[in-house]
Amino acid sequence: MKKTVQNRLASLFLAAGLLASSVAFSAPSVDEIVNKTNFVAYYQGQDGKAKVKMTITDEQGRDRTRQFTILRTDEPQTDSLENNDYKGDQKMYVYFNRPADVNKMVFMVWKHPGGSDDRWLYLPALDLVKRIAATDKRTSFVGSDFYYEDVSGRNLEDDNHELVSTDDNYYVIKNTPVNPDSVEFSYYTMYIHKETFLPIQTEYYDKNGALYRTNKTLKVDTIEGFPTVTKSSMENLKTKSKTVMEYSKVSYNLGLPEEIYTERFLRKAPRKWLR
Amino acid sequence: MLRKSALLTALIATQLAPLAQAAPPALPSGISTGSPSMPAGLGSKPTLPGGLTTQDPDSNDFSDSYDDETPLSISGFWEARGGLRTQSDSNERGTSIGETRLQLEMQKEFELFTANLTTDLIYDTVDRQRHIDLEQGKGWLDLREANIEFSPADFIDIKLGRQILTWGTGDLLFINDLFSKDWNSFFIGRDEEYLKAPSDAIKSSFFSSAVNVDLIITPHFDADRHIDGRRVSYFNPTLDAISGQNTIIKTDQPHGSEVAVRLYQTFGTYEIALYGYDGFWKSPAGFDMTSGLATFPELSVYGASLRGPLSKGIGNIEIGYYDSKDDSSGKDPLISNSEFRFLVGYEQELIKDLTISVQYYLEWLMDYDNYRNTLPPSSHERDEYRHLLTTRLTLLTLNQNLRWSLFAYYSPSDGDAYLRPKVNYKIDDNWSAEVGGNFFLGEQTHTFFGQFRHNNNLFAAVRYGF
Repeated sequence: MKKTVQNRLASLFLAAGLLASSVAFSAPSVDEIVNKTNFVAYYQGQDGKAKVKMTITDEQGRDRTRQFTILRTDEPQTDSLENNDYKGDQKMYVYFNRPADVNKMVFMVWKHPGGSDDRWLYLPALDLVKRIAATDKRTSFVGSDFYYEDVSGRNLEDDNHELVSTDDNYYVIKNTPVNPDSVEFSYYTMYIHKETFLPIQTEYYDKNGALYRTNKTLKVDTIEGFPTVTKSSMENLKTKSKTVMEYSKVSYNLGLPEEIYTERFLRKAPRKWLR
Repeated sequence: MLRKSALLTALIATQLAPLAQAAPPALPSGISTGSPSMPAGLGSKPTLPGGLTTQDPDSNDFSDSYDDETPLSISGFWEARGGLRTQSDSNERGTSIGETRLQLEMQKEFELFTANLTTDLIYDTVDRQRHIDLEQGKGWLDLREANIEFSPADFIDIKLGRQILTWGTGDLLFINDLFSKDWNSFFIGRDEEYLKAPSDAIKSSFFSSAVNVDLIITPHFDADRHIDGRRVSYFNPTLDAISGQNTIIKTDQPHGSEVAVRLYQTFGTYEIALYGYDGFWKSPAGFDMTSGLATFPELSVYGASLRGPLSKGIGNIEIGYYDSKDDSSGKDPLISNSEFRFLVGYEQELIKDLTISVQYYLEWLMDYDNYRNTLPPSSHERDEYRHLLTTRLTLLTLNQNLRWSLFAYYSPSDGDAYLRPKVNYKIDDNWSAEVGGNFFLGEQTHTFFGQFRHNNNLFAAVRYGF
């Protein structure tokens, strides 16, 4: 009797072990993880909208705010992760409300991952449609601690990705730039939530290997089935400046017309879609 | 046995992944209460806590008066601006600018149209004229915008009324943009937005996949707020001297309409446009001997532009033919000849937060022999080709809150230059302050920038935006 119990226990352990190993085998590859994260962070739905409030707090504790509405449409007509079909060009329309000096200003991007983006700026007081020459994607986005690249997504092919550890909650990915001279970091580490594939924390290390910049996801909401970061922060440990981004009125698959991302709607804001 | 393997795994993990030594972040709200430091089996399955999925995503909505849903949005700024000439000018005041201004921008959306109203209330200590001249922008009120926008069909936008209009690819150089400019504001140190004077016009825009068309009709000719000696001294050819308030230019404004058209399309990321204009020279370009008034002779302009990515920046090219219809042979010495104008520009972000742009611009006087042959004796002869180079440097520092900029014009053919340095600091979300200057250099008094040599000025301003 005792023996059978032992046998049963043994077989149970064996089964558990097999199960564990099969789970281990079905664990996603690094490529799958980074693509899923890229998808969840930047490509969910055919299009999307969010109202964003940024609070930039400097070393002395002074706050500056930015408020804008962001519209985004993906060129690929699918959300499929198979063959990374979700990935491709995107168009973004950013309509500013605050501060007062940028009220009604529009920033438009045609994002080409792997190439240079096309950027336009509309200055309403002059009725001027300006083309922006900005090659460095790692410059501050509207004076915040977020870079353009943090807002619009960094091209996956620009880094080598390595799964350095896995724990109960996270896949920990180390990302090393393919072309180290093009960026200010030596590598960055992402803690990717295993369930949702959302990047929960990203740590940037400088050329001396010291941590100097941290991005944290502070709040997640599931909106229309999509896990969505609704509050995040970026802290620069060198300048002691920190920016908190809060998202509201997030929605997906609105059916945004492609024409929004043209000169017509730079000059005449598509109010219907910005509400 | 189990403990041993766990230890082994941990050991391997630490060996392979020194990164894992750093404490992993706690999960944010909305994901799980499970923390990675929790023992296995407890926090291993971070699922969304119940109730979160039903949470209203709008709960952290921070919409305010700027929100589009409010029936009426009001924004604007108040500013005070003062400036001094850095040299004496016998024909102008020492104070180049001294004014305070409240701009109120109102926008109201109705079901079928949007109404825009932007008014500037001004107290000007330099130009004490109190009665309002909306055309010339004089007096205590300047109406910047008063229009309604509507779309009678999916592919048509109409903007009717007073509006600011801009097109073309030049940076502070205009070939096909023949909408009114305010050169006085530009030279005395007002904000750059005031270089654009409003037009009272009907703008109709038609959109299609093949081509987009803008048609702008200005029923009554809107002249530039041109240099007339009131605020800025200039070279007066009849006196052969720099003049100002002693000889204010009086004009005879034509009674006619203006039509401007633009056809444009984007191919890939290259923007191509064709332009046409029929109206009048926007600043005086003629003189009526009998009345002694400066005139705005008839003008038609035909042009084209191309703008798009080039190397690591943005390149643009624009051409225009100015057909001075009242003097098509170029034999009338009192009316400007026809011109061919050309510009090519390039802008690039040199290093992080430092942008540089350069432009080359050409004015080629047509019928140059006729011009020379009919030129009254002892007049200053214009060159056949006026070459102009410009550069703009913009440096952003202190988290982009401190902006250093320099715009410089230099003409090797005229031997003159114009420098516009400026430093602007955003104190906080509402307050900003700036100092800047306008400096004119030239060997001769009759060249385009050289004539403004007595108008060099320094200015400072504070602004509160709301």
